[in-house]
Amino acid sequence: MFAAIARRLAGMLAVMFIVATMVFFLTRLAPGDPASLMLGDQATAADIAELRKTYGLDQPVVVQYLLWLKEIASGNLGQSIFLQRPVLQAIGERAEPTFFLALFSILIASLIGIPCGIVSAVWRGQKADQAVSGLAMLAASIPSFWLGLLFIQFFAVRLGWFPVAGYGDPGAGLAQRLYHLILPATVLGIVNSALITRFTRASMLDVLSEDYVRTARAKGLPENRIVLRHALGNALVPIITVVGLTAALLVGGAIITETVFGLPGIGNLVVSAVLRRDYPVIQGALIVIAGIYVVINFTIDVIYTLVDPRVKT
Amino acid sequence: MDITAFRLFLKRLFRRKLVLFGAIVLLAVVLMAIAAPLIAPYSPTGMRVTQRLRPPSMTNWFGTDEFGRDVLSRIIYGGRASLGIGMAVVCASMLAGTTLGLLAGYFRALDNIIMRIVDAMMSLPDILLAIFLVAVLGASAGNVVLALAIVYTPRVTRVVRGSTLVVRELPFVEAARVLGVSTWRILTVHILLNVASPILVQATFIFAYAVLAEAGLSFLGAGVPPEIPTWGTMIASGQQYADRAFWVVLFPGLAIVLAALSLQLVGDGLRDMLDPKLRKAL
Repeated sequence: MFAAIARRLAGMLAVMFIVATMVFFLTRLAPGDPASLMLGDQATAADIAELRKTYGLDQPVVVQYLLWLKEIASGNLGQSIFLQRPVLQAIGERAEPTFFLALFSILIASLIGIPCGIVSAVWRGQKADQAVSGLAMLAASIPSFWLGLLFIQFFAVRLGWFPVAGYGDPGAGLAQRLYHLILPATVLGIVNSALITRFTRASMLDVLSEDYVRTARAKGLPENRIVLRHALGNALVPIITVVGLTAALLVGGAIITETVFGLPGIGNLVVSAVLRRDYPVIQGALIVIAGIYVVINFTIDVIYTLVDPRVKT
Repeated sequence: MDITAFRLFLKRLFRRKLVLFGAIVLLAVVLMAIAAPLIAPYSPTGMRVTQRLRPPSMTNWFGTDEFGRDVLSRIIYGGRASLGIGMAVVCASMLAGTTLGLLAGYFRALDNIIMRIVDAMMSLPDILLAIFLVAVLGASAGNVVLALAIVYTPRVTRVVRGSTLVVRELPFVEAARVLGVSTWRILTVHILLNVASPILVQATFIFAYAVLAEAGLSFLGAGVPPEIPTWGTMIASGQQYADRAFWVVLFPGLAIVLAALSLQLVGDGLRDMLDPKLRKAL
């Protein structure tokens, strides 16, 4: 078992190494010299040379790459060009709205997706299944920013039930801040419910054809007990995996929703960094977001290895 | 494929009404984009300052935008860019993903390297990786295609590799190998033809995702330049007028939903039909 976990750990580190390498070299493809970009149009050649030296940009690319790997390994993601602070600190300051947004969105998506998937699997091929499948596909076809704009117009501007944008005034209490997340979390929850519906349906269909479900039926157990206890209990494991991974992807994937609703989260940070070409922030955010995904993935794998004796590889 | 076989294919594909609906909508959207100059009532770029933000009416069915341009005409022309970009993304990611997937599935030595890179790319959310790539490459229609193709290649690679792993162990591939058929021919004829169905299914879904992602990138200002009408750029430029003129945002969004939905419905129908495991159960 320890060998299996060690192998997964090695795999996780390999993936992070590739992400870091990819991010480093792709950033170097960007047109323009980072130093002159940082200093703007007014900079003199001497200023640029000075800054290149400070950031090690005068070194050969391979040396820069090794230095960058060393810095990342020690937890230093560099300094933001525009925000005048370490990248990790900038990300940390933006983490709260993103974290709660991901959490609420995945809760809403699960509350919609899991019951819909169960209904769809139990009444497979019938009207309910077709309706749920159609709705799930519709949800997956809606651009989140468009749904966000419509929700803002209707629920915030027309009805005035929710704030139009933002995360509360500075110093607003937690309840006030979370109130600002209801609309964006609903939008993201609806859009992401499609994947969870589909997954729940597939997982339930697999389980419903198992022998022990037939046995339970033969014993004469009531159908809802068979579905909710015997089948759902076993189908939940893969469903929880997809819920966990979707939540991980939401940390960086909520960029568009954060922008529409003006939430000061990590996604918003990345968008402004992209528009200002603040490369250290873009690189750092990518590393952190990939890191969160990889760690959640690893944790799920380890839990599998621990609880399911069939998982060996 | 002769005519009878093709008819049988269509009959099976359209057994579900929703799939038929998806195919009809998709065909309509594609034809609309192709025939844009013939059917658009106005020029997509013709500004009429006196007609700014007019609500939907008999003369402008979907209203006019902030420059007095006809929204319907812009949607019809916008389909060309949105669907064109989607199509280009599909072709590029299919080509790259199929090649990598075949290599990873067939040659054990390459499998580990290719799949680790795929894992690394899939650890980043699609839209984040796309915006990063566009930021690095520069915002233009061509670079949006390139960025999205890179984003979706790992998905195709995974699917093709999975199917290749299964097919390469089948007796007919072994027979071909024993008969001395070259590896190239085994890969491109024997295996590729047998993994074609999952590739086709993936293609329709990636088309839908690419249309959505292009709109998202354009909305963030990291996609196609705003002067080119795409459904995404229309919503992006219209959003600040959404409180006074909902139509500038509503209709382009509906176009995206219809296109993405029809593609996914067709993809779902194809998957149902082509996946032998599901077919047996139906």
